[in-house]
Formats: sequence, structure tokens, C-alpha cells
Amino acid sequence: MARRAGAISGPVAAGAVFGLILAALGAVAVRADWPVTFGAADWSVLRFTLWQATLSALFSVGLAIPVARALARRRFVGRGALVTLLGAPFILPVIVAVLGLLAVFGRAGWASQGLGLLGLPPLSIYGLTGVVLAHVFFNMPLATRLILQGWQTIPAEQFRLTAQLGLPPQTVFRTLEWPLLCRVVPGAFALVFVICLTSFAVALTLGGGPRATTIELAIYQAFRFDFDLGRAAVLSLVQLAVAGGAALLAVWILPPVLASVGRDRPVQRWDAGGVLARGLDTGWITLAALFLIMPLAAVAGSGLIGLGQMPGVVWHAAWTSLWVAVLSTGLLVALALPVAAWVAQSTWRGAEAMTLLGLAASPLMIGTGWFILIYPFAAPVDFALPVTALVNAMMALPFAVRILRPAIQQVLADHGRLGLGLGLHGWALWRIVLLPRIRPQLGFAAGLAAALSVGDLGVLTLFADAETATLPLQMYRLMGSYRTDAAAGAALLLLVLAFGLFWICDAWGRRHAGR
Amino acid sequence: MKYLMTTAAALCATAAWAETPVLKVYTYDSFVSDWGPGPAVEAAFEETCGCDLQLIGAGDGAALLARIKLEGARSEADVVLGLDTNLIAAAKDTGLFAPHSVTADYTLPVAWTDDTFAPYDWGYFAFVHNADMDAPTNFKDLAASDLKIAIQDPRSSTPGLGLLMWVKAAYGDDAASVWSDLSDNVLTVTKGWSESYGLFLEGEADMVLSYTTSPAYHLIAEEDASKAAAAFDEGHYMQVEVAGKLANADQPALADQFLSFMVSDAFQSIIPTTNWMYPAVTPAGGLPDGFETLITPEKSLLLSPEDAAAARDGALAEWRDALAQ
Amino acid sequence: MRGGGDMLDVEDLTVRQGDFAMTAQFSVAQGARVAVIGPSGAGKSTLLGAIGGYVPATGRVRVAGRDVTDAAPDQRGIAMLFQDGNLFPHLTLEQNVGLGLRPTLRLRAQERERARDALKQVGLGGYADRRPGDISGGQQSRAALARILLQDRPLLLLDEPFAALGPALRAEMLDLTSTVARDMGATVLMITHAPEDAERAADQVLFVDQGRVDAPRPVAEIMANPPEALRAYLGR
Repeated sequence: MARRAGAISGPVAAGAVFGLILAALGAVAVRADWPVTFGAADWSVLRFTLWQATLSALFSVGLAIPVARALARRRFVGRGALVTLLGAPFILPVIVAVLGLLAVFGRAGWASQGLGLLGLPPLSIYGLTGVVLAHVFFNMPLATRLILQGWQTIPAEQFRLTAQLGLPPQTVFRTLEWPLLCRVVPGAFALVFVICLTSFAVALTLGGGPRATTIELAIYQAFRFDFDLGRAAVLSLVQLAVAGGAALLAVWILPPVLASVGRDRPVQRWDAGGVLARGLDTGWITLAALFLIMPLAAVAGSGLIGLGQMPGVVWHAAWTSLWVAVLSTGLLVALALPVAAWVAQSTWRGAEAMTLLGLAASPLMIGTGWFILIYPFAAPVDFALPVTALVNAMMALPFAVRILRPAIQQVLADHGRLGLGLGLHGWALWRIVLLPRIRPQLGFAAGLAAALSVGDLGVLTLFADAETATLPLQMYRLMGSYRTDAAAGAALLLLVLAFGLFWICDAWGRRHAGR
Repeated sequence: MKYLMTTAAALCATAAWAETPVLKVYTYDSFVSDWGPGPAVEAAFEETCGCDLQLIGAGDGAALLARIKLEGARSEADVVLGLDTNLIAAAKDTGLFAPHSVTADYTLPVAWTDDTFAPYDWGYFAFVHNADMDAPTNFKDLAASDLKIAIQDPRSSTPGLGLLMWVKAAYGDDAASVWSDLSDNVLTVTKGWSESYGLFLEGEADMVLSYTTSPAYHLIAEEDASKAAAAFDEGHYMQVEVAGKLANADQPALADQFLSFMVSDAFQSIIPTTNWMYPAVTPAGGLPDGFETLITPEKSLLLSPEDAAAARDGALAEWRDALAQ
Repeated sequence: MRGGGDMLDVEDLTVRQGDFAMTAQFSVAQGARVAVIGPSGAGKSTLLGAIGGYVPATGRVRVAGRDVTDAAPDQRGIAMLFQDGNLFPHLTLEQNVGLGLRPTLRLRAQERERARDALKQVGLGGYADRRPGDISGGQQSRAALARILLQDRPLLLLDEPFAALGPALRAEMLDLTSTVARDMGATVLMITHAPEDAERAADQVLFVDQGRVDAPRPVAEIMANPPEALRAYLGR
């Protein structure tokens, strides 16, 4: 069966990503002075990193489950907008999101002001609470989208069947929803865990001090302050190993997918009619929406004031960011489709774990490694934007694979035999069967990639000069020279640009989702 | 036709460029930004040098040094501008820099004798607060108060490292106990200056580690007199920003010319209201209006590059242990 | 050449799936219409799947004398209809049928005409631009048959594609299938549960029980004197 979709291109694409990371790591290691010590302080850094990532993933996914369930069961005005909005926090540059969160939950934030009116002391979220809160803000919406998509793969027929049998909600949960959660949740957990593993600025800013030191900060220190490449390489390796371990564990827990056959009928739920169920769902949706919208509103509010004060270079930077995002999204789609198809059909469980490494690799390590590799042959600055686009695509790959894989599995389960019998293979199989059927997921993945690329600072800091600055970099530069209002304006522009791109792709995908 | 003209213009430009010597200066990002000193400095120097001055931004001060180390002897840079005294020792250790021949009548509060790096501006670290607040007058007062401060991580930020050296220079062996007294005042530690300053402006922190010159920005650029810097009676640690010539510079003569230009009036008069620091040589016209409102510390603290380098790891461990409680 | 007139030669065809094992050895003559009968779980679908190339198996399969054991499903000279999923829900009927002509779906005007003609032939003249979700189950079966018509393969495998239809409609579809097969000169293997279907649309019966496959025998003969296992199955 050599002509399965992605059978060759999948491993090639995944291998290329793997190779790019290893080459960077190798280049750093070769330039290093060995040996390197890994001391007690490093172990405590590792412990904190793991602990905060575990908690963040637990809370993000734990809270995402009821929200996704509520969104799957309810139809209401603005539901589509809310589902789209779920993509928003994830794409914000860290400092923007942190300031938005603090405007709500900070010592001088809305919540504290409200408590002040009641004569209560202000909130203090600095510490592990703040780190987890920020990570939940970033990742819970993403986890919700992933789980919601899983929910929507339960065919309408099965809910009809349970309604016909008069099964109570608990039984519906046990028979339909629990197996689904077992399938979707470990993957979402691993993804969030790995994202939080490489967290740096969030952990530090809200962690309240050096006890909130993550491996990524240690890598940054090794590169920037000590220029200890050996230490940087070892720490990068530790980070990759932990993330890889987590990914393998999640994939190992993942039960084999039970593909079910659906008929493209809109799902109608009969099991959620009770007052209690309705009240709970409404509560979850309201809470999630408030938690999402308030910090975003704070960002937008302060940005509106600053829009007029933005210097012209910001628009130039926005243009640069836009085409880096387009390039990066194109690359992502070219990588993600074959990899997802390969992973969907592969019996080798490491296949999916491999793609997570793109996320676990420190951008600074990749940037430095490729700087070392490119420098003898050409000016790295000339490659700033292509390298940025490529690294952004690599970072988005695990999300895309996680989003696309179940959809492709479903399509192959539903239509694989028919395609095989008709001799559909290669490009024709993609064009006629796979792409039209996975369009909603592809739109979501592409939107996420575009938005991530717009919001990402990534490797560019090492390569960029004044002309190639992207929007987030320009925003940081404004912040770094007292221009707080203009920076807030740039942040709003960034939010609009990232969200606009996300919305265009996502809406494209969902336009024919009913078919 | 239009296409032909464009091509011809491009060819002419290339030809002109080929005849003009190019001086490449690596510096930090905010120096080259449109609102930084870069554009004015470039215009002023090109008026006299008959050359093309290319200012290349490479992150912050620490990233700048990392970049030079990565590129090594093959670097295209002729001059590196933007290191500070805490980075000088590490920069010299690379052996990539050549001695300079700059002489100037520096108006620094300390004598400058380094033969590899020449200073172009300087400032005092200070805690900035809202002017309507009663500010503490030293670290002990601060530690005794319940004020919350936002500081930067010495492992990722130059001001953060500056604060570390400040406490070390003021308290020596007692630095560790000062830090543990301060630990409940530290609201949070951020990756860089921008994040801390943002927290302060949002009202999260009562005070933020910045410079004595920070209120000047708000006063002059925003006509806002609401920010002030707290004067500490232990003295204030200085940040001196320096530039140096690379030993393998393609344009050593131009590089020397640039370093001399750097301490001249033309360059120095640009600095105060673009880099928001004190010029290394006060220009003939004096400092801009507004700078006279700034606090002037009674005592200036600065460890020599060698002492700073030697003290760094120990001070970092003290800081980490005190704040990690 | 073995069995010159045989359309299908199955030799030592063995499938193992967990505890289940199936072995088959038989031939089907060109133009024959064979009903595959047997209890649920006997291995009927597995047998057809293995012949069609969808289920991994050992042994030999020859179609029209050509060894297709290692060929991909579309390279075996076989067209197959399954219990469900015979049409792509997102494609129009014309496109679905057109796939039988050209798996790239880049149809020339003349090929589109042929697809429309095939739809007319199965009584779906005005439905070319509809999608499967918009039409009834019986019409979906007709559309699938229209595609079979264009695929023009010498061997047709039917895995109960009409099981969900009512008796009258099922009979109608069986007749249509017979017509289509006759027009194409195709040999047919069809799984069925109903003996009356076998009597209506088949000349021979292949009885499958517990992974064992008997050689095909004429319908009249086997119905008149069924072996023990078949008698149990038929409830006679």
C-alpha cells in the first residue's frame, strides 16, 4: 500500500523539521566549550518548569472540557463569534496579554477595584497562581477548540440513537463522550504542557521572582549573558527530552482511534434539555467568555488611545509581518498536510510525538544554531524573514497536526475504501476527497499558524536589523523607549492583524462545513 | 521607459555606493529606531566623513556582545556601540577589540581610563515612582516599607544586572541580607526593562527600577511632571555606555574617526532627548531644559569592569537565594 | 492457462484476523451471477474484501486470467459496492459518477456527457447537480450503479449495497444491477441474506460458513437440496 496519502512526503516533511532542529542543536554544540556542569540550581529550575507546566496543562484542559461540552450542546446568538474568539489569546504577544490580564486581575485591576469597593484587599496573583492564570488564559481557549472539534466528530446518528433509547445524560456521557475525551484530552494536554514548558516571560513576569525560573530562561541566560554555548546546548537538549517524553507518554496513553461513520447531518442533542444542564452550560460559557473578553477589551481600550501616536515604521513592520505570516502559513500547510496524513495512518506512535519537538525547541537555540550554520556562507540578516517564516511554521506544526489528524482519520475511515477502489491517489486523492472534507480543520490550522506567525517574536531578534523588523519586534522597541501609548497602539494593530488573518482562514474553512 | 529609468537610477546609486567607503556599526535596537539617536547621528557623521554609515541594530546590549562572539574575527562590524561597564570585561576577553585613541574632556562623575572602550553616555540607576508619593531614601527604608517594586532579572537584562551591582557596591558583604529584606517588596522580576516599566505605568508596581533620567522623558516628550526618581543616600550605581573598535575592522581609520566624532558636540547634543541619558561630554549648549529638574545623587557608585566581572556570579547567587525563599 | 473461461480464480486465499480465519478456493465462470450466502460473521464481507484488495490476505487471486494478488484495488479489474459510503457526500452526483471515468475528475465535455447519460440510464436524469445528502437512499444506490456502469470492470462485487432498502425497491435495484451487469458483460458476486434475492438475481450460490467457502453451485440445485449448514441458516 505504497500510495497512501503522505506515505512518503509525510516522513520527509517530519524528518526535515527534525533535521532542522538537530542541525541547529549540533551547530551550537560544536561551537561549545565542554564539559558542562548541571548543578543543583539547574535541577530546581527543571522541577519548577515541570511543575508549572503540569499545573497549567491540568487547569487549561480541565476547564476546557466543560466549556467545550457546553459549546457543543448549545446554539445561541454569537456562538460562532465566541468560537472564533477562542483563537485570540493564543496569538497575543506575551507582554500584551500579560498587561491585559493585569488590567483585570492585577493589584490595580478591575477585579481589585471591585474588591476595594467592598472594602477588601486587592488581589495578588504574582507567584504560581499568576503563572497558571496566564497560561490558562493563553491555552484554555485553544484546548477548548481542540476538544470541541473532537466533540463534533461524534456523528449525529449516535446522539439520535441515545435519544431513541432514552439514555440519561450520565449514560450518554459514559458511552459517547467519555471515550471521545479519552481520545482527545491526552493530546491536548501534551500540547499545552509542551507550550508551557517553553514559557519564559510569562513565568518570570507573573512568577514574581527567580523561583519562577524556567529552562527557557536558563537557555536565554546561557546564550545572552554567559555566551556559554555548551550549557545552552545541554539545556536545550533537556528541554527537548522532557517535551519529547511528555509527547511520547501522551501518545502512548492515547487509545486507538475508533473511527465512526457519520452522514454529515447536523448534530441535534436531545440529552441536554434539563434546567440544571442548561444553567451549568450557560454558566460555563459566560465565565469563559468573560475571562477571554475582559483582558482583550483592556488591550483594545489602551490601544485605541495609542493608535494615533504610532510612527510610520509601525505600518511598515505590519506589512513585513503580514507577508511573513502568509509565507509561514503556506509553509505550514505544505508541511502539515503530509505529516498529518502520515501520522493518521502510521502505526508508529512516535510519529506524532516527533512533530511536537518543533514546539519544544527553544527559538533562541534554533536561531543561534542557524546563525552559526549560515554565517560562513552568507549574511544571516538576508535570511531573517525566510528563517522566521520557517521557524514559525515549525512552531505551528504540532497544532496543525493535532487538528488535522483526527479529521483525516475520519475521512479515510469513511471514504478510504471508496477512494482506493476508484484509484484515487496522490494529488487527486487530496484534491477530490481529503481537502474538501477537512476544510474546516485546515482553515482553523492555517488561521492559527498565520496568527501565531504575526504574534511571534521568535528567532527574529537575533537576525533582524532595523529594516526587517516585524510588528511584535517594533512594538517591543516602542515599549523599550518609553513610547508606551504608541506600543499599545501597535499591540492593538497586531491583535487586529493576527485576529483578522485567523478569522479569514477560519471562516473560509467553516463556510462549507455543513456539506 | 519608466522601468529603464528606475534601473538606471538604481545602477547610479550602486555605482555611487561602490565608491563610498562603508562604516558598519553594530548597536542596540533602540539606538537605530526612528525615535532613537540613530537617524540624526547618521546624518551628522555622513556630512563630514564622506562615507556611508550603516547602523545595524542587534537586540539589546547583551545580544550585541553575543552577536559579536558568534561572528568572531570574520565580523563585518567595524565598531560596536552600546555595551556597558558590566559587559566590558567579557568583551575584552574575546580579544576582538582594538585599543582606541579617543581623548575627550569627559563630564562623567568618575574618571575614565579604559583604553579599549570610549564612553558616549551614562546614567544613574534609580527607582522611579509617581511624584505624589513619599519615596524611601535608601534600600533599608524601601525594605522596611510595604511598597512594591518591579525589577529586571539580572540574568536577562542590563539594568537588572546594574541593580545587582548597585546593592553590591553599596553594601558589599551585607548585600545578601539587604536582598532578603527586600524580597517581600519585590512584586515581580521581569525579563527586560520594558515589561517592568509597563507594569509600573499600569499601576501594578509602586516603583520600578529605571534611570534618574526617566522622569525627563515624561516631562520633555509628554509634558507630564508626574514621575520622579527616588534619591538614595547610599549613592546610585552608574551605567556607562561605551563603544569600541574591532581589531579586524575593514575601515580602521573611519572607525577611529567615528569614535572621535562620538565624543564631539555634534553627537553628544543628540543624546539627551533621544537616548534619554546624560551625554559623556556635556555639549557647549548645556543640557536640554527639564534635565535640571532631575535628582543628582550625592554619591556615584561604579565597580571597575574587572571588579564587576569578578563579583557577578557571587552576587547573582546571593540574589537568587534571597528572592527564591 | 487455467480454466480458460473463468473470470475469477481464487486459490488458497487465506485471511487471518485475530481468532478468525478464512480460506477459500474456487472459480467463477465469465458472465456468472453468484450469490454469496451465509450466516452473519461467516466471513462473506471478508471474502469479498480480500478479493477486492481491501483486506490483506495470502494466496492467489486471478481476474480474467491475470494474477492481481499484489495489485492495488483499482488495478484488479474489479468494481465494488459496499453497504454504505459508496458516494462522496461533498461531490455532486455527476462528479461522483465521473470518478468512474477519471480518478482525477478533470472531465472533458464528452465525459461529462457520458456521466449524465449513465445517470439517465439509472433513472436519475435531472439529478446531476444534486449531492448525495439531498436524495433518497434508493436514489443513492442508483447513482452508485451509474458509476459502476462507467467504471466498466469485468468483475462486480456487491457487499449488500441495497440492504437498507425496502423489499420492492431492493428487487428493483437487483434487476437494475442485473441489467447493468449484462450490458457491461460483467461477472457478479453479491452478498445477500435473502434466498429470494439469490433466486431472483443469481445463477449460482457460494455458501460461506465459519470461514469455510464452498465452491459455487447452481441456485436451483442448492436450494432444492441444501447442505446441512445452509439448511440451518435458511431455517428450513
